[in-house]
Amino acid sequence: MRSRILSILLLLSVAAFPVGAQTVSQKAKLLNVSYDPTRELYQDFNAAFAKYWKGQTGQDVEIQQSHGGSGKQARSVIDGLEADVVTLALAYDVDAVANSGLLPKNWQTRLPLNSAPYTSTIVFLVRKGNPKHIKDWDDLAKPGVSVISPNPKTSGGARWNYLAAWGYALKKLGNDPAKAKDFVARIYKNVPVLDTGARGSTVTFVERGIGDVLIAWENEAILAVKDIGKGQFEIVAPSLSILAEPSVAVVDKVAAKHKTAAAAKTYLEYLYTPEGQEIAARHYYRPRSASVAAKYADQFPKITLFTIDELFGGWTKAQQTHFADGGVFDQIYGVGK
Amino acid sequence: MNTLEERDAVPAVENRLPVPVAAVPPKNGGSRQRSLFSGGSVLPGFGLSLGFTLLYLTLIILIPLSTILLKTFDLTWAGFWATVSAPRALAAYRLSIGASFIGGAINAVFGLLVAWVLERYEFPGRRIIDALVDLPFALPTAVAGIALASIYAGNGWLGRWLEPIGIKVAYQPLGVVVALTFIGLPFVVRTVQPVLRDFDPEVEEAAASLGAGRWQTFRRVMLPELLPAVSTGFVLAFARALGEYGSVIFIAGNMPLRSEITPLLIMIKLEQFDYAGATAIALVFLAVSFALLFVINLLSWRRNRKLSASEGGD
Amino acid sequence: MLAGNRLTEGRQPGRPSRSLTEPRLVQWLLIGAAMLFLGFFLLVPLLLVFYKALAEGVATYWAAIREPMALAAVRLTLLTAAIAVPINLLFGLAAAWAVSKFRFRGKNLLVTLIDLPFAVSPVVSGMIYVLMFGAHGVLGPWLAAHDIKIIFAVPGIVLATMFVTAPLVARELIPLMQSQGNDEEEAALTLGASGWQTFRKVSLPKIRWGLLYGVVLCNARAMGEFGAVSVVSGHIRGLTTTLPLHVEILYNEYQFAAAFAVATLLTLLALVTLTLKSLIEWRTSR
Repeated sequence: MRSRILSILLLLSVAAFPVGAQTVSQKAKLLNVSYDPTRELYQDFNAAFAKYWKGQTGQDVEIQQSHGGSGKQARSVIDGLEADVVTLALAYDVDAVANSGLLPKNWQTRLPLNSAPYTSTIVFLVRKGNPKHIKDWDDLAKPGVSVISPNPKTSGGARWNYLAAWGYALKKLGNDPAKAKDFVARIYKNVPVLDTGARGSTVTFVERGIGDVLIAWENEAILAVKDIGKGQFEIVAPSLSILAEPSVAVVDKVAAKHKTAAAAKTYLEYLYTPEGQEIAARHYYRPRSASVAAKYADQFPKITLFTIDELFGGWTKAQQTHFADGGVFDQIYGVGK
Repeated sequence: MNTLEERDAVPAVENRLPVPVAAVPPKNGGSRQRSLFSGGSVLPGFGLSLGFTLLYLTLIILIPLSTILLKTFDLTWAGFWATVSAPRALAAYRLSIGASFIGGAINAVFGLLVAWVLERYEFPGRRIIDALVDLPFALPTAVAGIALASIYAGNGWLGRWLEPIGIKVAYQPLGVVVALTFIGLPFVVRTVQPVLRDFDPEVEEAAASLGAGRWQTFRRVMLPELLPAVSTGFVLAFARALGEYGSVIFIAGNMPLRSEITPLLIMIKLEQFDYAGATAIALVFLAVSFALLFVINLLSWRRNRKLSASEGGD
Repeated sequence: MLAGNRLTEGRQPGRPSRSLTEPRLVQWLLIGAAMLFLGFFLLVPLLLVFYKALAEGVATYWAAIREPMALAAVRLTLLTAAIAVPINLLFGLAAAWAVSKFRFRGKNLLVTLIDLPFAVSPVVSGMIYVLMFGAHGVLGPWLAAHDIKIIFAVPGIVLATMFVTAPLVARELIPLMQSQGNDEEEAALTLGASGWQTFRKVSLPKIRWGLLYGVVLCNARAMGEFGAVSVVSGHIRGLTTTLPLHVEILYNEYQFAAAFAVATLLTLLALVTLTLKSLIEWRTSR
């Protein structure tokens, strides 16, 4: 009996270990490590891509997903999570992965439009009837308003939120960084809880009923209004917001190891095809394709958008100044330490 | 907690005269050890069993645990202190310890009640309910978590009655208490039941014949006997509740300084890749848990001493 | 663990005669209070899980259970338990044999050390494995060089589960074997049995119910572990999500009916565990 137990154990342990290794031929497997709100998007997209890939190559492809705050996901990939592709919330997080040697530093030029197949922006989600009369960023800085936003240390959306607020303050208060800092500080004073990801914040606001206003990805906000919190919420578009460009990239080292480079590349390119753009638009992401954008123009509020390059000199600078250890965010939200 | 009682009980083998080695026929292929390290017994397998036990213990339990210490050394003493005494950390300890204590106290009272009712009275469904008491122990914490969160949310089965009258449970510290009460429920019941079962009816009869009413009898004769078991159960429930994660995070508000439990704070620091900070807090919290284990040991050791002393007198 | 004493002590009639119990009214009040407490805390959650699972119809229920990610989670959970439970069984046997059959210094310390995982929060249990085997951990570079994945992969989940469930079988067997004594084993030896024969034919049968009990508890915990696995898992749907993690994912994605549907699987497991426990206790008290 003992020897039987031992042999079963051996078999099981042998079976358990080489889980990561894959062989090409019968089935390709891709791991897409993505940021928090894209769950529904990639569910649909993966199904469409699998069909496409089967049609093109006759091979079955299975795409596995992992979702979480963009910064956290990037760190997980650096720490060994074997992603074939990363579809994160901002270029900086992909840069972080590139800096660890897993993909080349010029990744952004490898796909069109800075490797951002869709864009989004930051808007406000309020409860039906807008009881606190939230109209613009100023209202978020007022005392007595409870604001929900995720943790910039882990979430990509949270950093876009922060920079959108900062950008508004700069434009409105005469380009003075000190005044902008004060403004953003007052907003964060109103934040009772920082979730690790954008979806976590949505859950806190929608499900747990905490907060008067949620600073959210536009696609999350529309999802909340149309789907998960039907009839209970309204979107308020601020007068000024930031153009958010979530970036995608193949993780070369991992794809080479898994022998999935071709599939991974095609997977990301498929996001730019009309079908890919349609799926993105259907999930409330702003498509890049002009024709698809025209078709779905009505579902997106009209907002004046600025880019991160304009006001912040790009992500590296913004990350360094604001989100690194001891940066401006740490200074204004000391509690998080 | 039988392990602890029996651990201190004298193992039967020591009451026996050792079998003379010569009287035992020699074995072929046996692994009997006759050295000083055979533990004073002629039974074989000492080296093998102890060796495997120690190996497994070291590899799976001790070495990984030691990484906590190692990682904390990444911080300077000042950094360590700042982390573990930050307002957010202190609030988290307060909530974890406070809610666990309250949950344990509720379980102490009601656990005693439940144990009494189950052991003393007959009523339909008693057996099933008795078995169900272990549900919090068998049910995965995540399932308990989503169930409790659903029940006490504003539109939940109980929440919809409680919130209008001002009792907000979900996403408040009160929700944490509810979850931790659930988690600790079996502990007091199961430690008190055997004591009740073994309670000598003659003592009660003696008290009655001396003119004591039921309440008097309970309070002055039975309760002192039950208290050690109740307190052991309380400490067990408390210790379990301290580290609890899965059943709490769904119903807690997870708001720093208000409704954030310590395990969640550790998790958040991990997710921020602040490993040193996470281990610092974990270390402090572990110290508290170990102190509790020590107390459990002490309590049960003293209970055994008392019991064996009283038994020796009969 | 909790009712291990039931195996070592027989049920004794502890109910005093009629004239020594409380008045009927008091009895029923107490029973009512106890049932109310238990009802709130035990029955309501139990009922809710099944109600919510079926709230959107039986078809949705089945679809949620048969969904590929759910099935993958089931497979991973079963695999984890299939590895962790037998190994912890061996550990429990070895530890109980060493502690109950021999005298040596440090026995108390050993048993306390075995109890350690109980004192550690599940989150910390997972964290220590990340600290050991993660990319920036103690063994990280070595593992990377040899292309062995532990964290964010199945081995990490198995290890964390093993840690958390390690004491469960040992805690059942140690007091049991201690109270049973060594008479039979010594007798067997004097009759010429070898060590292994003694173990297999004398000791094992003596402890078989306690063993089963410990295995049932260990299995329930192994399949239901959430916090520790959450830390080491990587949350790769379909690959490193166990059933409890899958429940969390569904819940956070607002798929409540599906979340509770998958939760019923775990709840049924819990109920089966309780039934087996009761059966074993009933057998041993006869």
